Amino acid sequence: MMALTGLFLILFLVVHLIGNLQLLAGDGGRRFNEYSHFMSHSLLIQTVSKLNFAFIILHVLYSLWLSRQAHAARPQGYEGKPALQTATWSSRNMGILGTVILLFLIVHLKGFWYELKFGAVPSITYAGAPEPLHNAYQVVRAAYAQAWYAGFYILSMVFLGFHLHHGFQSAFHTLGLSNYRYKPLIRTVGTVFAILVPMLFALIPAVMHLQSLGY
Amino acid sequence: MENQSLRLKLRVWRQASSQAKGAFEMYELAAVPVHASFLEMMDLLNEQLIREGKEPVAFDHDCREGICGMCSLYINGRAHGPQRGTTTCQLHMRHFQDGETITVEPFRAAAFPVLKDLAVNRSAFDRIQQAGGYVTVNTGNAPDGNAVPIPKTDADEAFMSAACIGCGACVAACKNASAMLFVSAKVSQYALLPQGQPEHRERVLSMVEAMDMEGFGHCTNTGACEAECPKGISVENIARLNRSYLAAQLSGGGTSAVATSD
Repeated sequence: MMALTGLFLILFLVVHLIGNLQLLAGDGGRRFNEYSHFMSHSLLIQTVSKLNFAFIILHVLYSLWLSRQAHAARPQGYEGKPALQTATWSSRNMGILGTVILLFLIVHLKGFWYELKFGAVPSITYAGAPEPLHNAYQVVRAAYAQAWYAGFYILSMVFLGFHLHHGFQSAFHTLGLSNYRYKPLIRTVGTVFAILVPMLFALIPAVMHLQSLGY
Repeated sequence: MENQSLRLKLRVWRQASSQAKGAFEMYELAAVPVHASFLEMMDLLNEQLIREGKEPVAFDHDCREGICGMCSLYINGRAHGPQRGTTTCQLHMRHFQDGETITVEPFRAAAFPVLKDLAVNRSAFDRIQQAGGYVTVNTGNAPDGNAVPIPKTDADEAFMSAACIGCGACVAACKNASAMLFVSAKVSQYALLPQGQPEHRERVLSMVEAMDMEGFGHCTNTGACEAECPKGISVENIARLNRSYLAAQLSGGGTSAVATSD
């Protein structure tokens, strides 16, 4: 369950990233606004987005249930502290990493998803366009102009990276798709993914904050 | 270093019975030879306790040559101590420092209740094994070697899985107290051989069910089990078990079509 929902969310990250990179198109936000309009008016995307919310909730609830299981499986812990850990830091701290990412998600959804859906969003009419569009770009730019906001986003992406570092390859292992031959490949792809995707995500607030400072 | 000896402080878990509440006790050993194994060091401690008229520490041990899986102990935060690929009986005191304080705990898991002090009850593993960790064959004369051709790579892989001695270090080391490495090794040793095929699906389903009933935790693929396993059982076995379990569930459960009589 963690693996299936996790892999779906990984797929979502890729789509979300490709869409959001249009923020850096350097065209004053036209492409992003048109994309954002398309996404919010597509029945398919709206359905997938509901599924996405459901999977996030399932991923969280299932992790809570598993943590309870783990606690029941070892009610009394150890006192001895090992000089050398035998498992990666991210694999031992998925719960903490996930909690930070969940906090980020709440701030993120409040800031953008909620604002765009229920907030007062400025409109913009492009030449040759049939109707005015929500200026989502403006909302994003205003948010990232605040240093703490951009900083929080960039920091959260570091946590996401560590979460993915374990989660990506672990999902394949759980589904039984890993073996001696493919394990090194899955690990390498997972590590590259865990570095590259959060880095590109973090690039957006970083660049847009610098732009707001006039660079 | 030849005939050096160590002065050690031991912080040992003492618990009178499975119902009793346990606590750590401090002991001091004045001269432990560096060439002693960890269990021999425990013997020295017990001799000292007996001389003082105190109750010796209960701990599990049997062959003392690294093949039976009976010794356990969680030493300084590691199952079977700090050495990789060793059971506690094969761990020697030269890996410890003079004057060091060593924390010795029992394997901790709800499915491995403490019997006394450092000895835990690992019969949960026996029950999992009884649920399907066998092939149903008639006993009698030993079959001819190589009567059933098996590719060398498969035979080697099956043998590597069969090297599991069932000591429970995987459960002890896992942050979720999961028994997946043990169960996957016991499934894999047959999954790769033709003799294991007829009962494969049923074996996978019943052994996993037995594992869950014993109250072991779930697997989050941290890999701590593989790192602590004295026999180097690979987590690839876990991926194989997951694969087999999914396939068995999708194909609607087990089929036991094995002739048990002539």
